[in-house]
Amino acid sequence: MEDLLSEYFAILVFLGIAVGLSVVMIVASMIVARQHPDSEKLSAYECGFEAFDDARSRFDVRFYLVTLLFIIFDLEVAFLFPWAVSLGKIGLFGFWSMVVFLGILTIGFVYEWRKGALEWE
Amino acid sequence: MVVQALAFYLFAAVTVACGVMVITARNPVHAVLFLILAFFNAAGLFVLQGAEFLAMILVIVYVGAVAVLFLFVVMMLDVNFAELRAGFAKYLPIGAVISLILLVELVLLGAGWAFNSETAVIASSPTPPAADVHNTEALGMLLYTKYVYLFQGAGMILLVAMVGAIVLTHRVRAGVKRQRIGDQVARSSKDEVKVVKVQTGSGI
Repeated sequence: MEDLLSEYFAILVFLGIAVGLSVVMIVASMIVARQHPDSEKLSAYECGFEAFDDARSRFDVRFYLVTLLFIIFDLEVAFLFPWAVSLGKIGLFGFWSMVVFLGILTIGFVYEWRKGALEWE
Repeated sequence: MVVQALAFYLFAAVTVACGVMVITARNPVHAVLFLILAFFNAAGLFVLQGAEFLAMILVIVYVGAVAVLFLFVVMMLDVNFAELRAGFAKYLPIGAVISLILLVELVLLGAGWAFNSETAVIASSPTPPAADVHNTEALGMLLYTKYVYLFQGAGMILLVAMVGAIVLTHRVRAGVKRQRIGDQVARSSKDEVKVVKVQTGSGI
């Protein structure tokens, strides 16, 4: 346990440096730079126009479909990692249980391919 | 040991602060970004517990995929969040009841673990010592053999999610010109190219 955490110590150091550096940059720019804000400087400037409407708008549901399919295959790959590590110990049964799992998801993959859900047009 | 305790309190404090910011942030996109930060800190807590695999999966799946999906949904719904917030006082009682139930459950779970006389036995039996077998391997040795039905069930759930997403959102658009690579490749020059002998000065 101690060994495992000591391996992560370097990452903690990097994390500390990253946080420290970003804090220094923000605080230093607040202290060092001259700041005289007025209403004209702070107003929205978009080629001389006020913004017409909200940047967030409704967009096509196809983006959602692509993300959802991505998440599903992401999870499938996540299941492969412990299987690959322990394959030597779980024997033939463990191997075939993963093959059945992959087979089930391949059915879904064939379905979405035939349906044309992977095509963008 | 001191570093470990410090890191724990740092990650835990940031996680709780992010959780508060998720429900109080005015801009829903900021709320999702705070949720992502909370996921990162929860991953740090997992690493401190020695559960490396769960930490990495949290980063890959939750930060990489689920949070992006949340961003999409937040952008796509186009709801007026100020209007939504107006009902806050109305839904406060039921929200309070649900959080109270959740709190009671958590306290029961913690107390059941702390005061059970067999806790030491249960905690020591299934997992091999962390020095011999690391976290990912221990998970793999149980998941694909002992819990094979749950594993296959997870596969079925993913299949249903995939089919459901396609059925709900996919529709064939009319009048779309697509490239059909198979047809293109299968074209033969004999069908498409004609050699015509043209007499001089007469035209075709």
